[in-house]
This record gives sequence, structure tokens and C-alpha cells, in this order.
Amino acid sequence: MTRARIDARFAALKAEGRAAFVSYIMAGDPDYETGLEILKGLPGAGADLIEVGFPFSDPMAEGPPIQRAALRALDKGMTLTRTLQMVAEFRESDQTTPIILMGYANPLVNRGFDAFARDAAAAGADGLIVVDIPPEEADPLADALDREQMSLLLLSTPTSDDARLKIIQKRTSGFAYYVSVAGVTGVKEADAATVAPNVERVRAASGLPVAVGFGIKTPERAAAVARVADGVVVGSALVDEVADALATNDSVTARVLSKVESLAKAVRSARDSA
Amino acid sequence: MNAPVTPNDYAAYPDASGRFGDYGGRYVPETLMPLVHELEAAYRAAQADPAFQAELDGYLTHYVGRPSPLYFAERLTAHYGGAKIYLKREELNHTGSHKINNCMGQILLARRMGKTRIIAETGAGQHGVASATVCARFGLPCVVYMGAVDVERQKPNVFRMNLLGAQVEAVTSGSATLKDAMNEALRDWVTNVHDTYYMIGTAAGMHPYPEMVRDFQSVMGKEARQQILEVEGRLPDAVMACVGGGSNAIGIFHPFLNDESVRLYGVEAAGDGMDSGRHAAAINGGRPGVLHGNMTYLLQDADGQITEAHSISAGLDYPGIGPEHSWLNDVGRATYLTATDTDALEAVKLCAELEGILPAIETAHALARLPEVVKDVGKGGIVILNMSGRGDKDVSTVAAYLGRTI
Repeated sequence: MTRARIDARFAALKAEGRAAFVSYIMAGDPDYETGLEILKGLPGAGADLIEVGFPFSDPMAEGPPIQRAALRALDKGMTLTRTLQMVAEFRESDQTTPIILMGYANPLVNRGFDAFARDAAAAGADGLIVVDIPPEEADPLADALDREQMSLLLLSTPTSDDARLKIIQKRTSGFAYYVSVAGVTGVKEADAATVAPNVERVRAASGLPVAVGFGIKTPERAAAVARVADGVVVGSALVDEVADALATNDSVTARVLSKVESLAKAVRSARDSA
Repeated sequence: MNAPVTPNDYAAYPDASGRFGDYGGRYVPETLMPLVHELEAAYRAAQADPAFQAELDGYLTHYVGRPSPLYFAERLTAHYGGAKIYLKREELNHTGSHKINNCMGQILLARRMGKTRIIAETGAGQHGVASATVCARFGLPCVVYMGAVDVERQKPNVFRMNLLGAQVEAVTSGSATLKDAMNEALRDWVTNVHDTYYMIGTAAGMHPYPEMVRDFQSVMGKEARQQILEVEGRLPDAVMACVGGGSNAIGIFHPFLNDESVRLYGVEAAGDGMDSGRHAAAINGGRPGVLHGNMTYLLQDADGQITEAHSISAGLDYPGIGPEHSWLNDVGRATYLTATDTDALEAVKLCAELEGILPAIETAHALARLPEVVKDVGKGGIVILNMSGRGDKDVSTVAAYLGRTI
């Protein structure tokens, strides 16, 4: 399994002729039980792939929404170990939805790359995104993941020229992740017009399906990106639902899954109307 | 981690990938990676250009006030009754600390690169003031990120930065101190990649910053080495400096690294005491990890979350340390001691009373370990201590410690 699960999902979506909807949640936000309930509800709400953030105290590329989500999770005692436990619990009832872990280097360095890769694969995680490990530092981690048949997804950005896209592609498998804005998560809005040519560049360099993230907040924007990319990632807008639900004493799970439904619907129907 | 190898030539580090042994590297988001390469290329070109060094030397002489004196601290020496104590008087520089040496180098580099906006992080405000100063001098807009806690305890420096035309952004995320200011500065940089130059204030962060900041700060060690040879006709037995990120320490250590007879002592901030758990001593109380672009010793919990540093000195209140220090520690070339808040405050008083020099609380951490080092080196020996900053900014903190209001 593992990497194969990502490939199978993108192959199936290609056959359906639509883009993937990828939802990001922060593990343990607002607490472990609610986080697990949301995670289990995501496939039913329309998430084709799931990114599970593992919290870090100093997330240098996150805007305020995900910074606050990480702090909420850490305040409730969330750790990398508990994140993997959550993935394992999810896998008891779902064998097909790919799970991509996402976070920062230090918790992985602290655990040791080999031990992390073994534990993550055993829990049922399929891939990994580490925001502060660029290709220049990726080899030891990529080697450890390779041994467990897990994918490393190195990010491509608006500042990555064609030469860098080739370097990024060397150690990337599963799918290519294009960060559509130069900036932190959840602040600037992605512009579908400028995204399209960059998705083509990344697709040409990688030969992989291309998912686009950072800066997609609304169903309209998600649909626009779904017309040009193979996947649409939404993160900050979902963790904002957690924050809003907490502030208004709403059901966190219901609010997040309802937002996922509206975004997933927009992605699924994007190419019908095109 | 590989077993540390003692190098033949310390000056040959970092290697091409920005590593000092296992430490250093470039752990940054992809968005920044092309800029990091661009910066390194621009720095290499500047290094190779005699006109760049000549321009920098001119400003260091006429604007910063270099060379700084190497002063024989006669009364401190007599007080301890051990080795002769020399102070490298960086507190006499324009803006009152060693920080301006690095800022002058980096602003000239930013201008060569055509950057039009400068950002910086600051803890005590010394680097913020130095950044604001060079930005004013060269007419570039400057945004300084500073933890909200530090804004409160370093008000005079915040006002100085404002007077110099800089915009000070109080950072409230995380622990609202230096590490959070650095996070915000990195978030700004990743958002404004095209026109913005990030002026890092210490010899840490992603390559090439640890090397570049060290090189700009090495002017201190080069001068001190030459000055002591002129005055004493021989090398010192020991060189001391306080260490937060470690720029004043690496700047004075580096020209002595290959002089094996010269012992090097860095002094970390022990806050309330190493046993209290409330300290800022990354080497003495931390483990290797990755933060702010480099692999280095860090204060962290069992899960790899960065833990808060604690020190009365805002300039040392950081959970990491420059990667070259981590390496010098592991290979045994430098020794890292600690001094508590109380040790440092007592050292401030003593230095003021005996030498008429009011040191920064940061610097006072190094002063606090003088008794052991001068005794160890012994009578007839020579110790150089980097007097990295002046203490005017700290008077209200010292007054509070003494139970006085001013």
C-alpha cells in the first residue's frame, strides 16, 4: 500500500475526468477526539485525499489560521506520536483514502527519519510534506521514506524556475504540489489565470498529477483551480471553520464537514460547466 | 549524527552545502530557496570584489568608528588577581554594540543586489537599532520585527528605532520574543521575495547567513589579534564572549580558531539557573534539531517542539545558537559555560564600579565567568573579553533588580 494508494486514487479520478479535492486538517485541532471524528468524516464529505498536519511550535510558512490551529492542538497535548495514532485509527475503517502528513522538520529530526518513516508507514500514512525541507536537504528523509514505500512531496512554488522544478521532481513521488502564492498559508488569494501556466510547467517537469494549494478559500476559487489542475488543496479555510465553531459554540465537526462538502461539490462539478 | 571530526583548518568551514560538520544547512521553504542561492552568489561576488571590501572598510572607519580599542582592564584584573584582562571595546561603536559591523556589511550587499526594502528581527533591540541606522543612512525602508515582550522591556531601543525611521512590528505570536520575531520576519520574506532583503542579526539561520555574519563580525577578532600582538607581543591564552545566537562570540573567536593555544569560552544565559529549566542555554541544556533554517542545538521538548527560552537579557533570550558554535562545541574547540540572570546583574554592577564601563546585560554574562577563567589561566596569562554592547538600554532592568525606581 502506501504510495500505491496515492497512485490508485489519482488514476481513478483521471478516469472520472475530474480533479481531486484535498482537505487539510491539523491533527488534534481542537482536540484528539474531535479531530479524529473530523478525519473519519472527511471521505464521506467529499475529500479525495487528506493532508494531516502534525503541529509544530514555530511554523514559519503558516499564516495566522494554521499557526493558531497548531497552538490549539499543542495546548491539548498533540504530538507526532498521537498524530500517527490518529492515522492508524482512521485506517481501521478506511483503506483507500490517501493520507499525506504535513509539517515541519524538527519533530521528524527529533524522532529520527528512519524511525519516523517506519512508524508512519505502519500507521497507514502514504506521503509526507515537510515545509522547511527543500530539495537541497531532502536526501536523508527521501531515502528513509523510499524504504517504506512512502512518497515525499517536495513543494513547487512561483519562485521555482524550470531548473529547480527538475531538481524538485527527482525526489518527489505521488503527486506534485504547487504552492500557488509566494507567501504564507491562508493570506493571499491564488489567481487561477496565473496558476494555469505554472501547473503546466510543473506537470511537464514532474510527469505527475499536480495539486494546487496555499490561497484557495472559496468554492468558486476551488472550482476555477479544479479546471486547470489535477487537485485542489484547501487548508486555512477549513481550520478557520474550527476556530469559528469554537467561538460560537457550534459543532466543530459539522462546521468543518459542511465546508468540505461545499468545496468538494465545487471541485467535482467544476469541469461539468466548463 | 556522525562522530565529530576535528578539522585541520577551521577557516575552511562551512562546506559548499553550508555545513559545519552536521550543523547548519538550508532548511527553508522552497519559495525562499532561490533567494538563498541568489544571496550566496551575490555574497561570493562581493567577497571577490576589492571595491566592496574597500567601501565597507571606509564606512567601518568613518561611520562605525573602527578599530575599537583593546583596553587593559587594570582594576578588574587586580580585583580577580589572575590573568590580565583585556576588553575589546565594541560598546564604543556607533549604536553601542557589535551589531553595526554586520549591518554595515549586509546593507552594502543588499544595495549591490538591488533590494529596496529591508526587514530584520531583534531581541534586545541592538540589531534592530543597528539595522534602522544603516537603513536611514542609505535611505531604505526598514521593518523590524520584535517580540511584544521585548518591546515592553526594551522601550528605549524601540523609540530609537522609530526615531531612525524604522517601523517596529510587535510580534504577539508564540512566546512573543526573539524566536517569534524571527518567524514573523521569515513570513514577511516569503511573502515579499522580490524586493526584500532579510538582514539577519546573528550568525544563525540558513546558509549563507551563519558564514556571512561571522565574516562581517570577524573584524573584531582580526583587530583584537593584531592589537594584542602589538601590546603584549603574544597571543592571548583565552578569548571570552557571551552567546545567544552567537555573533559577537563567533566574530571574536574565528580569527583565533587555528591558534590552538588560545582557549575559547562562550557563555550562555542560564536564566533562573540550569536546574530551574528556565534558561536560554541551547548547548548546555538542549539537543540538536532544526529551526529557522539551520541544524543546531535547540531547546526542545520530547516531541521536538521548541521550548521557550528564559533570560533577563532579551538579546540572549533565544532557544537556539549559531551552527558553528554547535560544531565548535562538539569538536571540543570551544567551551560553553553558563551564567544566571543574577550572575550577570552582579557583573554589570562590578564592571560599572571598577572600570566605569556600563556593560549590556548580554555582555555581562561573559563578565560573570571571568573569575573562573582568569584563575584557570593564571597570573601572567592574558584573557580577552568581547565587550559586545553598552548597558544604557538596560538601566531600568538593573534598577528593578536593585529594587529602585528611576
